Amino acid sequence: MKHLLGIGELDRGELEQILDLAASFAEVQRRPIPKVPALRGKTVVLAFFEDSTRTRTSFDLAARRLSADVVNFSASSSSTNKGESLRDTVETIAAMGVDAVIVRHASSGAPHRIAAWTDASVINAGDGWHQHPTQALLDSYTMLERFGSLDGRKVAICGDIQHSRVARSNVEAFTKLGAEVVLIGPRTLLPPSLDGWPVKIEPDLDAVLPDLDAVYLLRIQQERLSQGLFPSIREYRARYGLTRSRAERLRSDALIMHPGPMNRGVEIDPEVAGDPRCVVLDQVSAGVPVRMAVLFRLLGPDAAAASIAAAAAEAEAASDGAGDTGEGQVG
Amino acid sequence: MTRIAITGGIVLDASGERRTDVVVDDATGRITTIGDGAQADRTLDAEGCHVVPGFVDLHAQLRQPGNEAAETVASGSRAAALGGFTAVVAMPNTTPCMDSAAVVSEVLDHARGALCEVKPSAAITVGQAGQTLSPIGELVDLGVRMFTDDGTGVQDAQMMRRALEYAGSMVTDEGGPVVLSQHCEVTALSQGGVMHEGAWSSRLGLAGQPAEAEELMVARDIALSRLTGVRVHLQHLSTAGSVALVRAAKAEGHPVTAEATPHHFSLTDAACASYDPVFKVYPPLRTAGDVEAIRNGLRDGTIDAIATDHAPHTPDSKELPFDKAPPGVLGLESAFALANTELDLPLADLVTLLSTSPARIAGLSDRHGGPIEVGRPANLAVVDLDHVWTIDRAQQASRSSNTPFHGREVRGKVRHTMYQGEPVVIDGMAVR
Repeated sequence: MKHLLGIGELDRGELEQILDLAASFAEVQRRPIPKVPALRGKTVVLAFFEDSTRTRTSFDLAARRLSADVVNFSASSSSTNKGESLRDTVETIAAMGVDAVIVRHASSGAPHRIAAWTDASVINAGDGWHQHPTQALLDSYTMLERFGSLDGRKVAICGDIQHSRVARSNVEAFTKLGAEVVLIGPRTLLPPSLDGWPVKIEPDLDAVLPDLDAVYLLRIQQERLSQGLFPSIREYRARYGLTRSRAERLRSDALIMHPGPMNRGVEIDPEVAGDPRCVVLDQVSAGVPVRMAVLFRLLGPDAAAASIAAAAAEAEAASDGAGDTGEGQVG
Repeated sequence: MTRIAITGGIVLDASGERRTDVVVDDATGRITTIGDGAQADRTLDAEGCHVVPGFVDLHAQLRQPGNEAAETVASGSRAAALGGFTAVVAMPNTTPCMDSAAVVSEVLDHARGALCEVKPSAAITVGQAGQTLSPIGELVDLGVRMFTDDGTGVQDAQMMRRALEYAGSMVTDEGGPVVLSQHCEVTALSQGGVMHEGAWSSRLGLAGQPAEAEELMVARDIALSRLTGVRVHLQHLSTAGSVALVRAAKAEGHPVTAEATPHHFSLTDAACASYDPVFKVYPPLRTAGDVEAIRNGLRDGTIDAIATDHAPHTPDSKELPFDKAPPGVLGLESAFALANTELDLPLADLVTLLSTSPARIAGLSDRHGGPIEVGRPANLAVVDLDHVWTIDRAQQASRSSNTPFHGREVRGKVRHTMYQGEPVVIDGMAVR
C-alpha cells in the first residue's frame, strides 16, 4: 500500500487490518507516555489547501505519537494563491525530502493528481466532495467498538450526500464491512446518479428510524440554502433533522453519529447532541489511533506486510523505550 | 513555375475514385493535369495512398492574439497541415476577442504565410457577452462568413433570434450565406459542472453538466431556425438527445447543420476517473450510449462534419485539480486517424465529413472540399489508410501537448498535404 486516496482501493481484509492495528495503537494511547518510535526519522507534511483544524490536529498528533517529524504547509501561507500550478507546489514540497504528504484540498481528485507527481506516500485527508478515507475508518472503528461487527447492521446516512466526501467514503467502508446502508435526503442533496452504489434510498427518515443500528447525520452548509437546494433551515430540520422526538423513536442501543462540527438545531437538536447514544466524541478520539494505523501501514517498517501481531509487538516494545522522546508531544 | 506531380496514388473525391497522377502548378496553385505520364519538375510519391481533398476544420482555437504560449496561428496551422487540413476556421475566443475589424485583421495578417488557410470567424455578440451584436456587416466585408459565441453560446433567445435575422440578411461577395455557429449549452443548467453529469460525476464527487443543458439549446436553436428561416450550425454535438433532435429537424426540412468532434466519438466520461484535466472539455465527454449515437449520427448524415474543437492549453494551466483546470483538448493532428480508426466508414464518407461538407458550411467550396479536377485550387491531402501509429503528446506540432489520446494506437496517417499547390507536409514532416 503506497497511498491512501480512497476507501475504494481497500478490500474488507485491508480495512479490517487497519482497524485492528488502530485498536493496538488505541491501547498505546492509554499508556502514561502515549508515544512509540515507529516512524522515527520519517517526515510527514500536512499539506492543507483547505482549512481544517480538526483533521489537521488529529493527523499531527498521530504522526507525532509515532515519532515522525511533522511539517505544516497551509495554503494561506503558500504560493498557491499566487497562481502557481499545483504540480509546482507539490514538487517543491517533495524536493525537500518527505516521506508522506497528507493532503486536504477543496477540489475532488487533487490528492490523486499529487500522487502522480511525487514519490512520497499520499494520504487523502479530504478532497472536495469525493473521499475522506480516514474519517470513514474512524467512523467504522467507532461502530465496531460498540457492535463488534457491522455484519447485518443497518446504518442510515442522512442529509447532504451529494456534497459530502464523508458520505462517499462511509458508504463504501460500511458496506464493505457488512452493513446495510440507507441514504436519506431530498433529491436535491443526493448525487444525480446512484448507479453502482450499494445503498437503498429512503425519502422518509421516520419510516426507518426504529430499524436503525446507527444514524449518521451530515452537516448542512449554509451555502446549500443559498443555492436553493431546500426551502429553509426550518423545513430541513422538520423533515431531516434528528429532533428530540425522532431520537425517542431510535432504539436504545442505536448510535447517533456526526463528522462534526455539528449544527445544533439544524441536522441535530441540541438535546440529542448530548444524548448518551451520541458518539461524536468517540469518533474524534478514534481519529488519532486510526490515523496512526494508516501512517504506520504506509511508512512503517515492513509496511507492505504489517500484521496485527507485528504491530502489537512493535507497540509493546516501543512503549518501554518511548521515555527518551516522549515529553512535550501532546497538545 | 514548378510542376509537382503526385504520383501513384488513388484519387478520391465526391465523384468516385481512380488510380491516376495529379499535377499541380505551384505558381497558380491549381491542378493542371490529371492523368499518368505528365511532365513534372518534382514528384510526391503517393504509392499505396489516397489523394483526397484537403480537410476543413470548422472549429479550432489558435489562441492568437492573447495566449501565444499555448498556440499561435503559425503553430496551429502547422498542426492543421500535419493533420491533412488545408483550411481551419479560427474561433473568436481570443484575447481580445475577435469581435472587431481590428482583431480579425490582425488574425488575417498572421494567417499570411501559414501552412493552411486560416479563416477567422467572429463573435456574434461584443465580447461574446450576449448583450450587443458585433459589427457583423463590417466583419462580413472583411471576409468573415461564420459567427459564433463559441465557449458559452448565446443564452438569450431573443438575442439569438435577432442575430439570425440580421446575419441572415447579409449579402456576401460570392453570394453565399453567412452562418451562425452555436455552442449549445444553457449555462443556467450546466453552471458549475466540470464533467458530464451521471454515474461517474456522482462517484467522483465532481459537479456535472446534464446532457439536457446542451439539448435545450439545440432544441431552441432548431426552433429559432424554423422561426427565422435562417440556417444555424450546431457545434460539437455530444449527446444522443442532440443527435435525435437534429435528425428530426432535418427530416422536417429545417436549415440546420451540425458537427461532432473526434473526442466525442472516441472517449467517454469514464476517462475522468483519473482526475487528469487532459480529459476535461466542454461539452464534456459523455456516456458510451452518447458516443454510439454520435457515431451513428456521423454515419447516417445527421451530423454533417467532423470538427476538432482544437483547444491548446499550456502544461501548467492543466497542472491543476480537475475542477480548476481550463477545458479543452488538442485535435488537429489526430482527427483523421481517429475518424478512420473509430467510425468504420469508407474513405469517401470520411472525405465528406472532413472536407466536402465543412467546406460547404464554411463557405469555402470554391477552393476546398473538392472536387479534384483540372483548374481547381490544389488543396489536397495524401493519406495512408493502413499506417498504424501511436499518438504521442511529446510529438505535437502544436505548442501545447494536451491531447487526450496520448499512447493510443490509431490507423491512418496523413503523408503529404498540399496547400495552394505548395507541398506543406512531405512524408509527415511540415516544410516550415
